[in-house]
Parts: sequence; C-alpha cells; structure tokens
Amino acid sequence: MSAIEQDGADLTRLEVGLVVAEREIQLSRDSLVRYAGASGDFNAIHYRDDVAAAVGLPGVLAHGMLTMGAAVQPVIDWAGPSRVLDYQVRFTRPVVVDPESGAALHVVATVGTVEDGTARIDLKVTFAEQTVLGKAQVVVATDR
Amino acid sequence: MNPELQGRQYPPTEPYLVGREKVREFARAVQATHPEHLDVEAARAAGHADVIAPPTFPIVIQQLTWNQLLDDPEAGIVLERIVHGDQRFTATRPIVAGDELTAQLTVTRVRSLGGNDMVTCETEVTDASGAHVVTATSSLVVAGEAA
Repeated sequence: MSAIEQDGADLTRLEVGLVVAEREIQLSRDSLVRYAGASGDFNAIHYRDDVAAAVGLPGVLAHGMLTMGAAVQPVIDWAGPSRVLDYQVRFTRPVVVDPESGAALHVVATVGTVEDGTARIDLKVTFAEQTVLGKAQVVVATDR
Repeated sequence: MNPELQGRQYPPTEPYLVGREKVREFARAVQATHPEHLDVEAARAAGHADVIAPPTFPIVIQQLTWNQLLDDPEAGIVLERIVHGDQRFTATRPIVAGDELTAQLTVTRVRSLGGNDMVTCETEVTDASGAHVVTATSSLVVAGEAA
C-alpha cells in the first residue's frame, strides 16, 4: 500500500490523472452468501448454479451491489469515509464467481476532475481483463 | 409496463433503525476495512456518534421501497424480469448506527428501450428529524414480455 493511501491524505493538491489507490479484490461464493445476508438480496442467481443456468447465465454471478460496494473501498481507505459525497456506477458486465477459484476484481482509482472543494475519482474495475462497471465515479470532499 | 407510472410516489416506509452490528455486518460483506465502519472508538474520535455505514449501505433501505413498487399491481413489474442498470448514492452525511431512517420512492422516468422498459426511481432517505441523509437513484431495466 502506498504512503498516500491512508486517512488524512492531503486532498488539497490533487492532479488529474493521479492514481490514488489500486487494489485486488477477491470474491468467493462465501462472499456472495455473506453479502446476500448482509444486504437482504436473496436472489438465487447469486448462490445457486442450477437457477443461474435455468435463466441462461454463464454461472453464479456476484451481486452488482457487492461489486459496487467493494470497489469503492480503496477510495475510502485513502480519503476517509466521511469525505465520500456521491458514488455512481453502471453495471455493464456480469462477474461470474467460480465455486473453487472465485473471481478477482482489479480496481484502479484515478483523479478524473478537480473542482473547488471536491474531486471526482474515476474507478476502473476489471474482471478477467474486462471492465465490469461503467461510469464508476466517486465524488470526494477535498476541503475538510 | 404501465407508462403512467412516471411521477408516481409511494408512501414513506416505516422507520428503519440502523443497528451497530448491521453496519459492521454490511461493512465486512463489502470488504470494508476502515475503522470508522467497525470500531466505535475510531468513529467517535472522528466525530461520529457511532460506527458509520459504507456509502452503498442505503441499498438495504432502498430495497424496502423497491418492494412497494414491485407489490403495486398497477406498476406491472415482475422481479424476475428486472436487471439493475445503474445506481447512484448522493449523500448529505454518512449513515450512523442509531439513525432512524425513512425512505420514500418516486418514479422519475419511464421509457421504452428496444423492447425493454427502463424505470428510473429516486429514493429519498431522511432521518428522524426529517433532514435529508442520502438519495439513492436506480435505473431498472425491465425485460419485455416477449424477451
């Protein structure tokens, strides 16, 4: 983990294009069951192979909201949780979670724009070399 | 799907009491490691009354309002046909354990998209004093009957 990836990071001197955090996130079938319980989303395509196959999916999928929720964590660890003002994503591609090997997400967080008091951090979230979230943007406060 | 759904607003949900262990459980599930989500002392040192929830936690409360939409026979939306298209959270402040939150959903947009329907809804989450906490905005793609 880099030196800037900690609370109290200096957010007043950000430059567009700066990579502020990068992380590998490992998801397993256990992660999906845990998220189902924590969130209350018990859609069976997230834990049953037979149900996923019956609706034409290539396998059991991670909840989109789990991918969204985990992908922002590197930014939170860098900026601090109180600084996150706005967070949005588009769900563009499913994440198939193998029963044995799981799925590894790769997150790179880059400064997209810098404005007065805020900065937009753009997340590039990939799984098996393909982007799974589109327009994944976090607005953080830089003036507190 | 019913195009007249646009503009429809459902009644506010019953107050949801945010529990400390629920916040921790959710934080662990999204692999959050920041101490303000997990450790009461760390949260207090940062000026919060208790542990604070990760930014996607409002989905738990938002789902209660989605249920109102799905249970509305006039809406004509079937759960099995829905795909989550996009999601956004715009916060005034973090959710803190101990908050009593109420959510109200408004259908802001309905449009057809190549045989499918796209429903955009906004759920406003407010605290016990009526102050805004977070707005959760979602687009749901509803597959057409013939699909």
